Amino acid sequence: WRARCREYDAIWDAATLKESKRAVNSIRSLVEEEDEEDDVEKVSWSGEPVGSISWSVKETASSIRSTGEVRDQSFPKINTAPSLPKNSSGYSLSSLFKAFGETSIRNYAPELRKPKSEYKVRYVYSLEKFRSLQDKLLLLDEAVNAHDGNVITAVLIYLKKSLSKENLFRELITREIALRHYIHFLKEIEEQKLLVELFKSLDRTEDMALMQYRDHLNIRDENKRRDFLKSCLSLPFSPDDATHVQDHYTLLERQIIIESSGQADIFKKYPRKASILNMPIITTLYYSCFYHYGESDGTYSSPANIRKTFRISDKQFLLTCLGARAKLKAWFDVDALFTTKNWLGYTKKRSPIGFHRIVDILQKNNAPVQVLQEYVNLVEDAEQKISLAQKYKCHDVIINTYRDLKDRQQLIVYRGKVERGSSEYRKIEEILSNSVR
Amino acid sequence: MEQLPCIYRPNNIRSFYWTKCSLLVLRFPALIKSNNGQCVSLKMEVKGWAGVLLCSTSGPMAHSVRRDAPELPDFSLLKRLARDQLIYLLEQLPGRKDLFIEADLMSPLDRIANVTTLKQHDVDKLYKVEYKPIVSTSDQLCFLIRPRIKTVKWICDVVNADKAFGRFRKYKIIFSPQKFYACENLLEEQGIFGDVTTDEWSFYLLPLDDDIISLELPEFFRDNFLEGDQRWVRTAGSALHLLHSVYGPFSKLYGIGRCSKMAYESWREQVEEGEQRARQAEIGNVFLIDRDVDLVTPLCSQVVYEGLVDDIFRIKCGCVEFGPDVTSSDKSIKVMLNSQDKVFNEIRNEHFSQVFGFLSQKARNLQTAYDKRSGMDIKQMKTFVSEELKGLKQEHRLLSLHIGASESMMKRKTKQDFQELLKTEHSLLEGFEIRECISYIEEHINRQVSMVESMRLLCLLSLTENGLLPKDYRSLKAQFLQSYGIDHLLTFSNLKQLGLLVEQQPGETLTVMESRVGKLVNDKTAGKLTDAFSSLAKKSNFRALGRRLNLVPKSDEEYDLRVPRDMAYIFSGAYIPLSCKLIEQVLERDGWTGLEEVTRMLNGHEFAVTAGSNGSDARVKTDSQRIILVMFLGGCTFSEISALRFLGREKGLKFIVVTTAITNSARLLESMLDNHA
Repeated sequence: WRARCREYDAIWDAATLKESKRAVNSIRSLVEEEDEEDDVEKVSWSGEPVGSISWSVKETASSIRSTGEVRDQSFPKINTAPSLPKNSSGYSLSSLFKAFGETSIRNYAPELRKPKSEYKVRYVYSLEKFRSLQDKLLLLDEAVNAHDGNVITAVLIYLKKSLSKENLFRELITREIALRHYIHFLKEIEEQKLLVELFKSLDRTEDMALMQYRDHLNIRDENKRRDFLKSCLSLPFSPDDATHVQDHYTLLERQIIIESSGQADIFKKYPRKASILNMPIITTLYYSCFYHYGESDGTYSSPANIRKTFRISDKQFLLTCLGARAKLKAWFDVDALFTTKNWLGYTKKRSPIGFHRIVDILQKNNAPVQVLQEYVNLVEDAEQKISLAQKYKCHDVIINTYRDLKDRQQLIVYRGKVERGSSEYRKIEEILSNSVR
Repeated sequence: MEQLPCIYRPNNIRSFYWTKCSLLVLRFPALIKSNNGQCVSLKMEVKGWAGVLLCSTSGPMAHSVRRDAPELPDFSLLKRLARDQLIYLLEQLPGRKDLFIEADLMSPLDRIANVTTLKQHDVDKLYKVEYKPIVSTSDQLCFLIRPRIKTVKWICDVVNADKAFGRFRKYKIIFSPQKFYACENLLEEQGIFGDVTTDEWSFYLLPLDDDIISLELPEFFRDNFLEGDQRWVRTAGSALHLLHSVYGPFSKLYGIGRCSKMAYESWREQVEEGEQRARQAEIGNVFLIDRDVDLVTPLCSQVVYEGLVDDIFRIKCGCVEFGPDVTSSDKSIKVMLNSQDKVFNEIRNEHFSQVFGFLSQKARNLQTAYDKRSGMDIKQMKTFVSEELKGLKQEHRLLSLHIGASESMMKRKTKQDFQELLKTEHSLLEGFEIRECISYIEEHINRQVSMVESMRLLCLLSLTENGLLPKDYRSLKAQFLQSYGIDHLLTFSNLKQLGLLVEQQPGETLTVMESRVGKLVNDKTAGKLTDAFSSLAKKSNFRALGRRLNLVPKSDEEYDLRVPRDMAYIFSGAYIPLSCKLIEQVLERDGWTGLEEVTRMLNGHEFAVTAGSNGSDARVKTDSQRIILVMFLGGCTFSEISALRFLGREKGLKFIVVTTAITNSARLLESMLDNHA
């Protein structure tokens, strides 16, 4: 992508845009000054008007063209599904499906403007004629072969009424297309119980579990929702999903507790925008880092407890915590997040994610230069360090880096960029005069 | 120069083509529109000489046109048909009535009729369907809805509430584009069948622009590909049949995908049932493609202007709402984005990086045009005001709008570190530094940045890598649920079902497959084998396809976006959309010959058919043969449309895109969400 990089640079070439904006703005005053009447309304934003002129032009155009030879217009049939063994049912199935289907639309004729149903002969077919199981199944298979979902569902609705569910389910197991239509239909008419039975008989227990779990979305009251989630724990989820559902239950249980606790003063200072109920785990952690920082590990609302309960990774914990503490401008807490002591008692700053990302997050939270500087300094790659320092105007970092690199030339260049007489300027002067060529 | 006629009506340009002259330079005194409202801009090849035919307004930016591209058919007819049919239906319920319109039918309705049309046909008040009790006092109610159970249920409630109240009214439901048996069955079950009359408004096709027609059925994607419900297959067939009746007869159809094949069959049956009429075809060839043949393309970030506008502001039914940040005022405005907007028409297909330069050039030109006034006397000024000012003002308005939009888009994209995002996307497409991509996605999830974006990246990772390693899948899924909510368990289940986000299954070898297939073979019930295979063969094979079709150009080559050399320009030169590449290849080969390996990797279901038994006469090079209708079943993106327009210019073809809906990554993924009640 490196080669393409150059092109991206072009995207960010805001200068051209600014210029064009200026140009347009300079004209705007002229336009408004000359605006005796507001003709904005006259500008047609809508789709093209159907003018009678263009219409007649079109007609003429098509009459000019040669009529062309009449070709054999029939197209070959493509076999879309393995064909059925033709059965000896006495009913003409193909005519039946005409009843569901539509006859053609006429060419160019005025009839076209009428709805099709107006000139179509409507057959009233009674599905009740199909009484034997064999006929019913043939009807279903024929419907599937016609590829019309509407017809498939129509037949299924009839079968649902006229077959016991055990019989219907058994036949659907081997008819995947019909089965999927049936499941979708039951979902739409919200026949949950029947769906559960269907999934059970199909041995699709995970689908069944998920579908039942889905019901929690319809429960508004948080205590009822929590109890419902608890009842979901025994459902046959896959092992991974079972853990997640357990987490979901624990989370809501915790949230209900957290919602009603906390010190009043911080809430007064930073009023909550929304309730913590039904928020994701990470949002809950952020909330806890914001309002419940420093609580002992034993409390449900403490960050450490949430971290442990939901097995939150070091990286994730750090990111969330950093975001919350930086938002509060608690730079001391931020500092503590990275500080580790080794066995000799020396402190060192460590991070599971690159310090350049840390700088980025701090900067987005309006951290002051002194704070930013410290983290820019911790970026290992010298080039990246300098570019970050330049971006955020951390003069000390830049000057020190050039000094350590013994890059006199760059220091001289940089001296030109800082304010004459400022502390940065003096610092560069000092380094330049102290160093020996 | 031998002959130089002064004015040619656009319709005569074809005859012009044959006149013997070495070079033609024509300047029309005013903007000349061809009969479909499109500005004519062609270069002509006359005996090896490239003569240039100029119109007073410029054509597309600096793209060469190899042959004179044929004119597009006039699709406004479709709007007239739909309008007339609606009027007819409204007249079936004589007298004053209140009309309830389903929310997603409002914009399409707006495009073909207006309030006056409705009022003229005794519509009193207009309401939006909101699934709440109604307040209407009219004794006739008409409902204009999509055939959905939820809406019909609501109508049942309305009618039954009236009954309980002892209130007598007349009710009529107009289903668009068709009714479903399940809906009528519900009316029957609720005991109001007969109290309510039903009808169908066959409003299948809405022309959004000169070359885009939409079925406006966004649910097609989920219903068909996720739920496996084929309810819209016949709708697609009927839509195709309507186009065939009015602009056909088609002579050749190509396609790929299960749904495409079924839609073709449905169309063919309808053609056979109907009567034939010999007429000159306006559209000769058709290409049908299922969205699930290529899921990678709609999931990529769009960087072509129109696509970017859609990604950021969401174009709805050809109309976009620009907020105060774009208009630099305190109000939002709604703007139609189509070829009628001359500024937009010139930038819509351009890579975003090229747009700024173009807009600033335009702005400079505009300034020059205004500056002309300074030396004018009264008379000249009068002419200027009456002849040029209006045009300039409009251009000024359009220009400031698109500059405002560009600026706002740039701001937003800078904020979300767009460059890094694109870099990750391109690495995924290229299969380069996948571990780095995974940690980028992980951090994206950890920082709780846009949920849909995270999901999009996960799906791209899965599609390009043929699934995630079990270890990665488990860890990324867990982190996703932590960041965005555990109820997304349901979303993950959907994504898996569709094959958008799957786990690599090293264990799922032949034995599993054999046992499943074996069971099915024993059942002897036909039609199920293919499904068993397709559900197992949800591999996307993206890498292999990419190599076979050269979809991902080598990254160390320079790619000049000013002069695009292939369709890859729509993704900054990083990827040629699979969907469009297939279309290009099939048209070039006049079928699927030589692409056997490709179709095998795409799960087959390809076809190429010609009218009549001997297809040789279909090769007649009439204009209609160079107009290709591409139908996307399950939606297509603006980027794909731009790519096809590019291909059309390169090959001297015109593409008409028919789609079940305009889609993009956000719409596609949002249709997979299940975490709301």
